[in-house]
Amino acid sequence: MTPPRTLFEKVWDDHIVIDSDPTLLYVDLHLVHEVTSPQAFAGLNQSGRTVRRPDLTVATVDHGIPTTGRSLGIRDPLSKRQIDALLQNCKDHDITMFGLDDPRQGIVHVVGPEQGLTQPGLLVVCGDSHTSTHGAFGALAFGIGTTEVEHVLATQTIWQAKPQSMAVEVEGDLPWGVAAKDLILGIIAKIGVSGGTRHVIEYRGRAIHDLTMEQRMTICNMSIEGGARAGMIAPDETTIRYIEGRPFAPKGARWDEAVSAWESLVTDPDAVFDKVAVVDAGSLVPHVSWGVNPAQTVPVTGTVPSPDSYDDPLQRDAAVRALEYMALRPGTPILDIPIDHVFLGSCTNGRIEDLRAAAKVIEGRKVDSRVSAVVVPGSMQVKAQAESEGLDGIFEEAGFSWRDAGCSSCLAMNPDVIPAGERCASTSNRNYEGRQGRGARTHLVSPAMAAAAAIAGHFVDVRDWESS
Amino acid sequence: MKPVTTVTGTMVPLDRADVDTDQIIPQQFLKRIERDGYGEFLFYNWAHTDDGIPSSDFIINDPARRGARVLVTGPNFGCGSSREHAPWAIQQWGFEAVITTSAADIFRNNSSYVGLLVVELDQDAVTRLIELAADPTAQVTIDLENQTVTSDGLEEHFDFNPTAKERLVTGLDGIGVTMSHEDVIAAHEHARPSWLPTTVDASS
Repeated sequence: MTPPRTLFEKVWDDHIVIDSDPTLLYVDLHLVHEVTSPQAFAGLNQSGRTVRRPDLTVATVDHGIPTTGRSLGIRDPLSKRQIDALLQNCKDHDITMFGLDDPRQGIVHVVGPEQGLTQPGLLVVCGDSHTSTHGAFGALAFGIGTTEVEHVLATQTIWQAKPQSMAVEVEGDLPWGVAAKDLILGIIAKIGVSGGTRHVIEYRGRAIHDLTMEQRMTICNMSIEGGARAGMIAPDETTIRYIEGRPFAPKGARWDEAVSAWESLVTDPDAVFDKVAVVDAGSLVPHVSWGVNPAQTVPVTGTVPSPDSYDDPLQRDAAVRALEYMALRPGTPILDIPIDHVFLGSCTNGRIEDLRAAAKVIEGRKVDSRVSAVVVPGSMQVKAQAESEGLDGIFEEAGFSWRDAGCSSCLAMNPDVIPAGERCASTSNRNYEGRQGRGARTHLVSPAMAAAAAIAGHFVDVRDWESS
Repeated sequence: MKPVTTVTGTMVPLDRADVDTDQIIPQQFLKRIERDGYGEFLFYNWAHTDDGIPSSDFIINDPARRGARVLVTGPNFGCGSSREHAPWAIQQWGFEAVITTSAADIFRNNSSYVGLLVVELDQDAVTRLIELAADPTAQVTIDLENQTVTSDGLEEHFDFNPTAKERLVTGLDGIGVTMSHEDVIAAHEHARPSWLPTTVDASS
């Protein structure tokens, strides 16, 4: 009898080509974008190698593309050269490409799930750390570097040291008005930014089971911010209903076979995790980051902490530097922090439910005159869906700018750069120094919290608004 | 990749925790399609003023540190983005090794593929090295074969993944090695269930 295994171990075992340490694993789906692939294709071409499985590879453009005026072309010559390189590489190697003029274009981690390519039990890689997003479907999905991208292109396999398993047990129910983003920020605050290093996290518990696929993607997306190699959630009815009928989902008899295979993708009752963290969902409130890493967060009802509240001298020193960069003083109530920009989008919170949650908050209200607010849908499909529901009208009426899809201000590789010294309430995943532009000050929040901050011009506890 | 067996040289101390890859090489320098030319942008935002002038108070701009070979830094180094531009920039500045309390997973992997030696020591040893590195002429030696770090009065053993070690020591092309296993890859490939997705465009 096989010993009890975790979900992660089952998916790992299914992909073993050579059982050694490190292990050679077979890759089911390789997602490609313009920033981390050109050197990989160049290496492949120089050595006269080909792409082993173009039919398991798909590309889109997301990091460096503008979100306005696309018909004018890409003005940044370096970005244009990078995007042209991807177009040419996909053409030369016969890889399906969702280009700038394709209605399926979008952030790579939004596009994979929405096209039905991301499925339970797959091994998914991409030259991007937020590949962890796809774990929401019970796939094993992780980010890789450019040398590894070249290796996967050439061999469809990857060498990996086997990570350990970690359970994040989410007990209780998520309270009303508290978003999936608040849950993952709460988890990171608990385990720390390296709490998941060398581990694959499985998120478990009723609060996780009750989440929609969009919410699960928000959770798994930020596994990397907790240092984890990947994050996973066992597939269930919610997962199956989401995938059914999508363009690349299995059809007919193959669908039945797939669903039956997915049913075994759960952690066995007696399986043991190497590490366990327990989080009480019921005690969570909306979170706001005050510092320059995603564990430096506090409840919206709280105040900016003092560096003296940290015992570890390195963390105390980090807090001092974070406060200086963020131009914040200890003791300042979060509700008193004024906002210059609001960015609604990214692979963390750029999906249709995120836009709906924000639209609900702003409907009938106006963006504060001091705030510049932008909505960047995660994909052109999300954009089209939102427009069919009239959300674009709600956003534009309130004073938001309604954009085309891409990574945009999440990492500011395109023209959507937040100016130095200005403060942005952002639904993205990283509040690192300079992330949204040199000197820009990022506060990570949920879509509803970002929307409310846009209206008020400072942070508000969105639960007060939603109850009114 | 150039083989790596021993690194000897002076150090640069960077006594910080959680240094992310956005700090190592900011996003505005990721638009190039080449593998080289990143060294001058290492820690760019910390190393330059708002006007783009090198900041005299940031350590890698100290002329006495030019020629240093080993970066010594705190826990969770290289967290965040998967950009391989991070180890490229560290290498192209002139470093051959990083000694840290702990490295982030993707950064550690990427470094092993590009020949940047990343060594993890306990916090006490890192603190001691950071103290020693206050002297810009203090030398450190990392011996990968024997897995030791030695400096003035300090000798530490470190753990290292044996395969990553072999890759660094031999400098072999990883793809060539994997391709020699073609038969097992093909066997696995043929046994995959038929319902698994392909990316062949359904609409064209």
